[in-house]
Amino acid sequence: MNSSVKFRIGKSKAFQWLTTALAFACILPLFAILFFIIKAGITKINWHFLVNVPKPVGETGGGIANALLGTFIIIVVAALIAIPIGILCGVYLSENKKSRLAYWSRMCVDILQGVPSIVVGIVAYFWLVKPLGGFSALSGSVALAIMMLPIVIRSTEETLKLLPDSLKEAAFALGMPFHRVILKVIIPCGISGILSGVMLSVARVAGETAPLLFTAFGNPYLSANVTKPMQSLPLLIFNYATSPYNDWHDLAWGASLILLVFVLVLNISTKLITKRWKVQL
Amino acid sequence: MESTIVKAVDYNAYFGDNHVVKNVNIDIPRNHVIAVMGPSGCGKTTFLRGVNRMHELIPNATAKGQILLNNEDVMQMHPIFVRLKIGMVFQRPNPFPNLSIYDNVIAGYKLNGVRLPKAEKDKIVEESLTRVALWKEVKDSLMKKGTFLSGGQQQRLCIARAVAMQPEVLLFDEPTSALDPISTSTVEELFHELKKNYTLIIVTHNMQQAARVSDKTAFFYMGELVEYDETKKMFTNPKDNRTQNYITGRFS
Ligand SMILES: Nc1ncnc2c1ncn2[C@@H]1O[C@H](COP(=O)(O)OP(=O)(O)OP(=O)(O)O)[C@@H](O)[C@H]1O
Ligand SMILES: [Mg+2]
Repeated sequence: MNSSVKFRIGKSKAFQWLTTALAFACILPLFAILFFIIKAGITKINWHFLVNVPKPVGETGGGIANALLGTFIIIVVAALIAIPIGILCGVYLSENKKSRLAYWSRMCVDILQGVPSIVVGIVAYFWLVKPLGGFSALSGSVALAIMMLPIVIRSTEETLKLLPDSLKEAAFALGMPFHRVILKVIIPCGISGILSGVMLSVARVAGETAPLLFTAFGNPYLSANVTKPMQSLPLLIFNYATSPYNDWHDLAWGASLILLVFVLVLNISTKLITKRWKVQL
Repeated sequence: MESTIVKAVDYNAYFGDNHVVKNVNIDIPRNHVIAVMGPSGCGKTTFLRGVNRMHELIPNATAKGQILLNNEDVMQMHPIFVRLKIGMVFQRPNPFPNLSIYDNVIAGYKLNGVRLPKAEKDKIVEESLTRVALWKEVKDSLMKKGTFLSGGQQQRLCIARAVAMQPEVLLFDEPTSALDPISTSTVEELFHELKKNYTLIIVTHNMQQAARVSDKTAFFYMGELVEYDETKKMFTNPKDNRTQNYITGRFS
C-alpha cells in the first residue's frame, strides 16, 4: 500500500518535471536563432550598410538601403489596404454574431489564414501582375494584405465581442446613428486589441518571401515607385543567401539580423502598447 | 392643468412570438414622476424601451400600437430624433470608458459631431453636473476618466449625460438597484429636482422608493397594465387584487 502511494507520488513528480523541462526547451530555439543570427550579422551592420545599395559582383561593400525602403513601402501599402477592410469586416462579425453571412465569412477567414503564402503569391501573380503587365510593389502589397486580413479581422472581432452591450446602448440612447456608435465608441474602446492585431499581422508578413517572389520580384536599385519592381528584406535574403558570392552572403546575414530585430521589436511593443492603450471598462 | 406628454395607445411588444407587453394604454402627465412596478419578467423594461424606440434594437423584437410624444407617434419619427427627446438611464452605470468626466457629460453633442464653443460646453457641463448634485465632487477632476468615479457618482454622471441633451422625458430602468443606500438617496433626491424640468418614468422594484419619489404608479403584471393611479391611492387602497397581493408581498 505505502509503496504504491510512493510510486504514484513519484510519477506525479516526474510528470511535473517533464512539463517544466519542456516549457524550458521551448524557449531554446528562439535563443539559438537569436544567438546565431546576431553572431553572423552584427559585424556586417554599420551606417554604410544601411544607406547604400548592393554593389555589383566583385566589388566589396554595399548595403541594403533598397531593401529597407522597399520593405517599408510594401508593408505600409499592405497595411493601408488591410486595416480598413479588416476592421470593418471584424465590426460586421461582432455586430452580427449569428447571421448566415457572418457564419460563412468567419469560415472563409479561418480558411484564408491557412492558405499557404506561396499560393497567395501565385494568385496575386495571375490576377495582378499579368493583367497589369509586369512585376510591381503594389501587387506584392496586395498579396501581403490578403495574408494580414485574417489576423486583423479575427482580433477585431474578438476584441469587440468582449465589450459590454451596455456601452452600445448608452450611445444609441443618446441618439447616435450606427456609424457614429461604431466609429466613436466601439472602436475607440477596443483600440488596444485592434491595434495589437494590426501590429501582429505586420510582424507576421514582414518576413514573408513567397508572396513577393512573383509580385514585387526584387530590384537591385533604390526605388520608391510602387508600380515597378521593388526590393524587400526577405527577397534580398533569399536571393543573396543562395548566391555563390561571399560578399552577398554577408549582406544576407546583416539583412536577416535587421529583419529579426524588426519583428522582435514589433512583438514587444505590441505587448507594451496594448497595456498602455487598454481602455479600463 | 395636467397636460399629457407621453401616451401609449394599444401598445404591444414582442420578442419573436413571445408577446411581452400586452395592449397597454397609459397617459403620462408632464412634469410628473411615474413609477413602473411589477414582478420580475412582467415587461417593465420592455415597455420602457418601447417608449424611446430602444426595443427595436434587439434582433427579432417587434412592436404594435402607438406611443405618442406630444400627440405625435414616435413610430413615425426617426428613432434618433425620438431618443434626443426621450433620454434614458440604465440599471448599471455605463459612462463611456474612453472619455473624461467632462466629455461624458457632453457625449451626446461631442459623439454626434455637434461642435459647440468652449464656453457653451463649459456651461452645459457645469449646469448638468450641478443639476445631478455631482459638480462639487468632481469639479477639480473633470479631465479624469468617468470610470474612476464610484458607482453612485457614475450613475449621477449618466443622468447628467442624459440631462445635458435637454430631453423632455427621462426614462430610468431600476436606476438605483446597483447602488448603495447613500448613493440611492442622493439619486432619489435628484428626482424631485429633475421633476421641475422633465417628466420621469422610473422602473423600480423598491416599493418604498416608489412611494417616496413618484406621483403616480403603474402596476404591470404578466405584460398587462393592471392598475395605474396616484401613488398614494395605489399603496393605501389598490383596486385590483393582483396589485394588492404584490404590495403586501404575497408574490414578487
Ligand atoms: N432580449 C430579449 N430577448 C428575448 N426575450 C426577452 C429579452 N428581454 C426580455 N425578454 C423576455 O421578455 C419578458 C419581459 O422582460 P422584461 O425585461 O421586460 O421584464 P422586467 O419586467 O423588466 O423584469 P425585471 O424586473 O426582472 O427587470 C421576459 O419574459 C423575458 O423572457
Ligand atoms: Mg427589467
